[in-house]
Amino acid sequence: MSAPSLSKSNLPRWLAPLILLGIAYGVVPFAGGSYLFEAILTPFLILSLAGVGLNLLTGYAGQLSLGSAAFMAVGAFGAFNFNLRIQGLPIPVSIVLAGVSAALLGVAFGLPSLRLKGFYLAISTLAAQFFVQWVLTKFGWFSNNSPSGVIDAPALQVLGIHFDGPVGRYLFALTVVVVLTALVARLVKTRTGHQFIAVRDHELAARVIGVPVFRTKLLAAAISSFIIGVAGALWAFAYLRTVEVAGFNLDRSFQIVFLIIIGGLASIRGAFFGAALIVVFPLLLSRLGAFLLGGVFNSGVLEMSQHIFLGALIIAFLIAEPKGLVALWDRLTARAAALFLSQTRKANTDIVP
Amino acid sequence: MTEEILSAPGFRVHGTPNILEAPPKAISASAIPLRTSPRPEILRLEEITLSFSGVIALKDVSLDIRRGEIRSIIGPNGAGKSSLINLISGIYRPSRGRIYLNGRKFRRVPTHRLARLGVARTFQNLALFGGLSVLDNIKLARGIHRRATLVEELSGLGRARREEADALARAGSLIDFLGLGSVRDRLAGSLPYGMQKRVELARALAAEPAMLLLDEPMAGMTPADKQTMAESIRTIRAEFGTAVVLIEHDIGMVMELSDRIAVLDYGRKIADGTPAEIRTDPRVIEAYTGVVHEESEPEDLR
Repeated sequence: MSAPSLSKSNLPRWLAPLILLGIAYGVVPFAGGSYLFEAILTPFLILSLAGVGLNLLTGYAGQLSLGSAAFMAVGAFGAFNFNLRIQGLPIPVSIVLAGVSAALLGVAFGLPSLRLKGFYLAISTLAAQFFVQWVLTKFGWFSNNSPSGVIDAPALQVLGIHFDGPVGRYLFALTVVVVLTALVARLVKTRTGHQFIAVRDHELAARVIGVPVFRTKLLAAAISSFIIGVAGALWAFAYLRTVEVAGFNLDRSFQIVFLIIIGGLASIRGAFFGAALIVVFPLLLSRLGAFLLGGVFNSGVLEMSQHIFLGALIIAFLIAEPKGLVALWDRLTARAAALFLSQTRKANTDIVP
Repeated sequence: MTEEILSAPGFRVHGTPNILEAPPKAISASAIPLRTSPRPEILRLEEITLSFSGVIALKDVSLDIRRGEIRSIIGPNGAGKSSLINLISGIYRPSRGRIYLNGRKFRRVPTHRLARLGVARTFQNLALFGGLSVLDNIKLARGIHRRATLVEELSGLGRARREEADALARAGSLIDFLGLGSVRDRLAGSLPYGMQKRVELARALAAEPAMLLLDEPMAGMTPADKQTMAESIRTIRAEFGTAVVLIEHDIGMVMELSDRIAVLDYGRKIADGTPAEIRTDPRVIEAYTGVVHEESEPEDLR
């Protein structure tokens, strides 16, 4: 998946992620103000994780889902309720259980994939979206009968370590995202990951060679929903700190679909690229708009222009670069590397006559 | 030639030097049907009728496939050849008739168990997993011999590692056999047509099938590629004792390769026999002269 000219260089594949991890843990926490963490990095990480989860189902296994926000909601409300109702349950366990709840729901709504394909399956995932929103709004029990329907997240504390403040919550989210992303990166290289791709690329041929197609689809739905559910729990616990159902509406589902399309389908890095764009883009747009148009560029105009630009961007990507930002990035870095190599070679020949 | 192969016990899967030497465990797994069922036929169709909402695709077709033979099915376009292959691989369910596979009777062959029943196939139109490398395409077909759980796979230890090594060894030898070494790590979808056909054949062979269904494996190939493919088919049969069911429009190729040929016309079997018998069969000549098709001119039969 990486550019050929880069992979031929003698840098090992794990080097780039390792350097990124070093920066994320060793440099970033000491670098920025709380705005950077609260408004940019933490939501970026969590949306990336949701993107990784959806990419597994949609990018790798070829099952389009328009219900991601529903699974995030199950994760958020699940984690809240497990934490609230089971005394002394450690936060990580609540989050895992929340992910499992989302996975179970994912399997339930993945059952139609036995019969439905493509567009029709996507529509059936909409059912998950509306069903979950309805259930969580209708039954006050899920939000502990809070009159506003808004719930407050508990303090993040694992094994006596407090993840307080913007940086602490960033580190908490980062750790969860790193662990799950590493697992997914491994998964897509295993036989199971290859079975996902096989089912996506040619379902009949997959069945003929003995891939258990239906089980593979359900497994993809389960793992994907688990990850998206955990992302939802993080959204509640590490990002917003208060959660209401309306935050997990269809717009959010579409946002995650757009994110993986822009970033790159069937690519783990793609989810991160897409999430970065989705998070940073509105901020840039509002700065740019305010700079160019001044007071005319109010929040209403901002929101509208966001939709317009994002829509245009998606169309542009689908036409010009269907493989997303990842492909663009790989091409640019490959070109840069080639340029760099030829320069150093020239420099070397200049030095050694 | 057929007799010779049929009389060889075990069809040389055991013992003989084998260019595609796979680990011993894998061989014994594939050889189970060979050892336990002494009957010569691997597949028997009895009075199969297949119709799609009134339109009859196959009518009272009976056919048997013996172990280790190259069995061609020919006929003009629309004669029902592909329908027959799809029926054997369980994609269609016959309206009437019985299917015996390894002596077991099926109303409809369960497609998801096809590989375990020792049957592999290729498709008329390419059916590779375009997003996987050539190597991974072939390895995946080895999946029926794998038992490791997801957790074991993620850890890559123990059973998962052994199975991975087995899949890799098997896929590697098939890649060498079919001359795919230079494209081993390329995405299958990015390869030229003839190459993809070969990858599909390699994938079909990965599970060590007892019967291989080839739906127009040489369609759209250059004469040189066709010769290579024909050579591969012969080698496959010689090395593994795999029965090959071949649908092919190139009559010259069919005559050259086949042990026995069945001729279909308008969904009926009009002839069945050795190439020599088929060549002189008046009904076959009539079918081919009566309905002239692009690839099946009558002079091809002579």
